[in-house]
Amino acid sequence: MPDDALFAAVTDPANRADPYPLYARLRERPVARQRDGSYVVSGHAAIRALIFDPRLSSEDLPPFRRPPTGNPIRDWILNPIRSRIASAHRPLIFRDPPDHDALRAAVMREFTIPRVQALRPRVVREVDALLDACRGRERICLVDDLSYPLPVSVICDLLGVPESDEPQFQTWATQLATALEPDARGDVETRRHTVAAFDAISDYMRGLIREKRRCPTGDMLSGLAAPGPGGRKQMSDFDLIATAILLLVAGHETTVNLITNAMLTLLRHPEELARLRADPERAPRLIEEVLRFEPPVHFRTRKALGAITLAGETIPKGAPIILLFAAGNRDPARFDAPDRFDPDRPDLEHFGFGGGLHYCVGAPLARIEAEIALVALSRRLVAPRLMHDPPPYRPGASLRGPEQLHIGIDGIA
Amino acid sequence: MSPEPAGIVVVGASLAGLRGAEALRRGGYDGPLTLVGAEPHRPYDRPPLSKHVLAGALDAGATRLPELTALRARWRLGNTAVALDRAARTVRLADGAVLAYDKLLVATGAEARPWPAATGGGLTGIHTLRGRDDARALRAALVAGPRRVLVVGGGLIGCEATSCLRDLGLPVTLVDPHPTPLANALGTVVGGVIADRLRDAGAVFRPGTQVRAFEGDASGRVVRARLADGSAIEADLVIAALGATRATGWLRGAGLMADPGGLTCDGACRARDADGTPCPDIYAAGDAARWPIPLYGDRLVSVEHWGNAVAQASHAARNMLAGPGDQRPYAHLPAFWSSQFGINIKLVGLTAGADTVAVVQGSLAARRFLAVYGRGGRSIAAVSFDQARWLPAYAEAILTGSPVPPITDATDQPRIARADPGFPPPRRAAPAPSPAETAHA
Repeated sequence: MPDDALFAAVTDPANRADPYPLYARLRERPVARQRDGSYVVSGHAAIRALIFDPRLSSEDLPPFRRPPTGNPIRDWILNPIRSRIASAHRPLIFRDPPDHDALRAAVMREFTIPRVQALRPRVVREVDALLDACRGRERICLVDDLSYPLPVSVICDLLGVPESDEPQFQTWATQLATALEPDARGDVETRRHTVAAFDAISDYMRGLIREKRRCPTGDMLSGLAAPGPGGRKQMSDFDLIATAILLLVAGHETTVNLITNAMLTLLRHPEELARLRADPERAPRLIEEVLRFEPPVHFRTRKALGAITLAGETIPKGAPIILLFAAGNRDPARFDAPDRFDPDRPDLEHFGFGGGLHYCVGAPLARIEAEIALVALSRRLVAPRLMHDPPPYRPGASLRGPEQLHIGIDGIA
Repeated sequence: MSPEPAGIVVVGASLAGLRGAEALRRGGYDGPLTLVGAEPHRPYDRPPLSKHVLAGALDAGATRLPELTALRARWRLGNTAVALDRAARTVRLADGAVLAYDKLLVATGAEARPWPAATGGGLTGIHTLRGRDDARALRAALVAGPRRVLVVGGGLIGCEATSCLRDLGLPVTLVDPHPTPLANALGTVVGGVIADRLRDAGAVFRPGTQVRAFEGDASGRVVRARLADGSAIEADLVIAALGATRATGWLRGAGLMADPGGLTCDGACRARDADGTPCPDIYAAGDAARWPIPLYGDRLVSVEHWGNAVAQASHAARNMLAGPGDQRPYAHLPAFWSSQFGINIKLVGLTAGADTVAVVQGSLAARRFLAVYGRGGRSIAAVSFDQARWLPAYAEAILTGSPVPPITDATDQPRIARADPGFPPPRRAAPAPSPAETAHA
């Protein structure tokens, strides 16, 4: 395979289960031009330099455009206006400073450690209830039975979405997450579904925000909707809706993948699963190594605002850049024996939560959810064994994770 | 007293002394090791003293530095080195002991410049802020509830102290001879941002004037400052933040190039004797060292920064253990940070001699920005206010001598305008003529 087609192979679903040999080949040139003019950055040092480079932009999306409906008033008047608004109020992961910084600061004021820690009992309760529901079965599907339902209910709790609306959120979150995959951006049918979900959730959020303003309930959305320091609005209503949607989407499939990838890795390393069962204190260490070894997000795209010279290659102005975090995580120049799963590594500076100014705001919450889930799984699944290895994967190459993870068990303790 | 064999002697038991000693052990030195410290304390960290300790968030005693390597050292604390005899290879201490050294690392640091006794320096209530005991005494004075605090000198220490005092709700006036605070470190263009913040925070800023003298009451307690412009400020607590002089007095008569500006070294951290010849067995690191910095044309500098103390001490230790044919030059990009008025300030490079400053990201008005200093068209330093994440990219540009602005097409980039940075004219000749250009931190 030619070097400039390697990334195309990464996005090919046939390589989803094990993209790591492709990553190793890509790393031979830490900054590698691809046939389509994009640049894949796969070396740890190169990624690190780029995420702190002021010429790197996250505003790499084309203008938001709704697919045609056939109704001229809609297609020529209403939808272009709505698209303009949507383009101007992208969620903060697609924004650059200074707008990004203002939005992120508002989120960080609400996404506090005490607020995240306060969710612990809720997560414990939820995990136990989900596992209780599996009693009497000989196999579970970790994705359907635990990884998938858990994060949405936690994020709804955090935001302040009523419990009765959670199933609806589950559907929206799934649809919107596919929009984060670069390959999904071109497909008209996918876009139609995405736009529909986007409109529905936006309307819902608008109503919920109004409700929270009238009657604040101490949750994150109430906090974001309230006036900030100095009594000024923290962000426009459009930005507030975009932010709420982002928290839901970004906090969902990523966490699904983290929990599923972690359990998959433990089932492939039964000695580590046994050690966790005996010593739950090992959970944070395990999770950090999973974030390096099998991260929930494999890459993110950026754009070069100016020419950037790095690792002997000059990325021209305007070129798309792919930050291949999962490859940097296995760079032998940075980690000893990078393809070995070793929770006792002394040095774990991974890109499992990205890095730089877009570093995951939800990292503390993701860690808590994964920790509680893994400890419960290690203690409650009796004689767990992997039914299919590799498991089937969802199509996404960036948000990469198993579609299903069937685990045979002798019962639920 | 007959000399006691002391192996490698490190004079100075603060950050540079400790990190130097650790590097000696890590480098495989197995012989006797002696650390001499003027203060009775084990090595402690200074940056928190003017921040968390003054604010009451951290006890002065809780600043001890972690010792990262088993030192197996003989500690001579609360004991000052008073003389060096290079012929006999001995260091004499204040208590009369004489240490015979194999090699010597001078890491005596710097001392706060005191207010002169002739103009009120002996009055109760006039403090300096350099060591742990200073911070403890000052904190106690703050807790006692002064009516007004006068801070003399708007350098980093003066500004950090003023910021803390306002956080504590104390009335405070800052007097500085320049138009803005931090004028020597950052110039008046950038310093103007701190001047605004200072006033917003409720401090009184009196620029462009100086304190001539302090007056006390019958009990010898400071009550008022007389200013050069003829006015007076009533204040019952004073922080004299006048900068520091290098603690090199004990080297007088030793035949080295040492003065209040530092002990002059060669590029490998070896002290130079009076003829300029590097001594093979005497090294210096940290605030006390004055060294030729390769990045800035081997200009002699002494850098009072935390990061330099660590890097230079480790480097000196490495060279102390290496043979005469393997003395590596010390190349370092100076950097400091400060936190004041809710702003995180970081600087890389040396601003001395800058003829240009350009805001390259963010804006002064938003108080979130990154500014690059240039000299003769090349980038020599960069400062960030709440934008430290970008600094590594600009540090790279400084190392490669990029033009100003070094980076175009950045996010949050304003229309770039170059300005005169507004550094005060060089100070009149210091008491002891010195070739050093000093970076204050």
